[in-house]
Amino acid sequence: MSKAAEIDIVSVSKIYGSTTAVHSISLKIPAGSYCCFLGPSGCGKTSTLRMIAGHESISSGDLRLGNVVVTDFPPAKRNTAMMFQSYALFPHLDLVDNVAFSLKMKGVDRDARRAKALDMLKLMQMEAYGSRRPAQLSGGQQQRVALARALITEPEALLLDEPLSALDPFLKIRMRAELKKLQKTLGITFVHVTHSQEEAMALADLIVVMNNGRIEQAAAPRMVFERPATAFVARFMGDHNVLSGKVRAITDSIVEMETAEGQVFAVRDIAQEIGRPIDIGIRTDRVRLDPPSDKGLGFQAVVSNIEYRGASVKLTAIGAGSDDFTLIVSDSDYFRKPVSVGDAVSLSWTLEDVVPLGRLSA
Amino acid sequence: MATITTSQSGQIETETAPRRLVIPHGLASHLQATPLLLILGFFFVLPILTIVVVSFWDYDFAGLYPDFLTMNYADTLGSWVTWKTYLNTLKFTVLVWALTLSIGFWVAYFLAFHVRTTTMQMVLFLVCTVPFLTSNIIRMISWIPVLGRNGLVNSTLIELGLIPQPIEWLLYSDFAVVLAMVHLNTLFMVTPIFNTLMRIDRSLIEAARDCGASGGQILWNVILPLAKPGMAIGSIFVVTLVMADFSTVQVMSGGQSASVALMMKNQMSLLQYPAAAANAVVLLIVVLSMVAAILRVVDIRKEL
Repeated sequence: MSKAAEIDIVSVSKIYGSTTAVHSISLKIPAGSYCCFLGPSGCGKTSTLRMIAGHESISSGDLRLGNVVVTDFPPAKRNTAMMFQSYALFPHLDLVDNVAFSLKMKGVDRDARRAKALDMLKLMQMEAYGSRRPAQLSGGQQQRVALARALITEPEALLLDEPLSALDPFLKIRMRAELKKLQKTLGITFVHVTHSQEEAMALADLIVVMNNGRIEQAAAPRMVFERPATAFVARFMGDHNVLSGKVRAITDSIVEMETAEGQVFAVRDIAQEIGRPIDIGIRTDRVRLDPPSDKGLGFQAVVSNIEYRGASVKLTAIGAGSDDFTLIVSDSDYFRKPVSVGDAVSLSWTLEDVVPLGRLSA
Repeated sequence: MATITTSQSGQIETETAPRRLVIPHGLASHLQATPLLLILGFFFVLPILTIVVVSFWDYDFAGLYPDFLTMNYADTLGSWVTWKTYLNTLKFTVLVWALTLSIGFWVAYFLAFHVRTTTMQMVLFLVCTVPFLTSNIIRMISWIPVLGRNGLVNSTLIELGLIPQPIEWLLYSDFAVVLAMVHLNTLFMVTPIFNTLMRIDRSLIEAARDCGASGGQILWNVILPLAKPGMAIGSIFVVTLVMADFSTVQVMSGGQSASVALMMKNQMSLLQYPAAAANAVVLLIVVLSMVAAILRVVDIRKEL
């Protein structure tokens, strides 16, 4: 339908009075990709999106969309369109007029703009509801209309602010699939803000994990999942246990980390110095209830909680300075040798399942 | 047999639930509505019914005679004085309505969209209401030293050498009436409009800007349509107040202008109660149809 724009964010900051919401972030979002900004509330992801949209001024830094530096452009001049969290449909207009709003602002005459709006509604399979008001629609239908309104300007990038948060869980999954399909069909750049890892993993080509106004990691979902860059990413994505300690020794490119309690764990080298504090991440689904085969690849723990999840069982254990060390074992493994709360167990993993986690230079 | 069973069951009931007054569900809700019904009945329905009844009575200089005559209505509607007075009152209403609506909208718009902090919004809003701490009459009369022949405005203009002699139409004129009415009634516009404007989701304005709307286009296409219910409520206040006004017209026009309510007041001072009552019924019908017309144009249910 239209060409997609590469979005280039160059050391952009957002400062509100004395608080800095976004700390000089830099990021390139490739043209035509689906990018998800992921992070807890207050991490600066929405501020970043609003700066890309032009609804928030950029305190310092530059923003390029396609070949144009748009840092000081008003929203409508940027060739982006934004979809708001609550959809922000005009309650006093019917769906056709809602979708045709931006054409009306451009002075397109009534018949032409209504015809085009109907086409957009058709694309969203909402043409049957054209004469209704937004209040008469369900959440999912409102989202489709908001999409139609955003896309009628043929933007190069679509910016979505927590688009699925207002929907019930079942609809969320359906609309998620629709968004992905739409992005593939249109081929334009989508930037989507969310606080749900699941949503980001399902949709994104590029996940940008943010915390405290900084980018912790920007990578493909698989990379973020398998090689989380920092302890924050590992914890936020929720599939790694994080253990912290200091480097004790380095032998044959294996780093030995010693925790505050004096336990030693091994991890592959990442250019460390002895004495430096480091964090390691251990995949929850790779931890086994067996004695460790090698030194530094397991510990003794006490089971504190057991959750049955059908195909798997989630165990929480206390030990090695962690009071919620999580392991996910398959139901067959668990029921072959069941344990109960309060049991002492040996936990173990292999060297491949341990990732060294970096720290952001503040 | 039957009597025995009922008395038995009655006994059992009093034993299990002693001192408990059991009221059927339907009756309870009626009882709850009774106080309001009584108040409205005594202070609203009854007086209006009295006026309607009296409007058909006969009268002379000495007393009222219960009767069923349409004479009072025929006199009222058949007299060119009535029509002229109604036209005059309508003229005031339209002028005051248009002025309070535009002033009220801009004040409310400024308060709602240009004052950043909520504290400042509340402070400025309270400043708007300060004049209401004094009575209507005092606020009205305080215009006299300002607008009079040797008042503040005239003497200042003469001092500055802008005019050779005092402007006559400042006081005791339709201008003075409209000015005082606008002063007295603008707040009734500001309050409901401010209320609706505050309820507009700010993301709608961002969405409009995202769609390329300019400031003026946002105002015309988003804010004004969404402010309509507040404007309608304010209009109802202003229209009903101005249509029924007699003191402002009397004081500010110096007795040179007439209003329907003033006409009624004069009839009452001449003890022509049935004529005044007939006039009141006509005025009530006119005002109610104006309110109905406003409600037809704008749906205010969302605001209530």
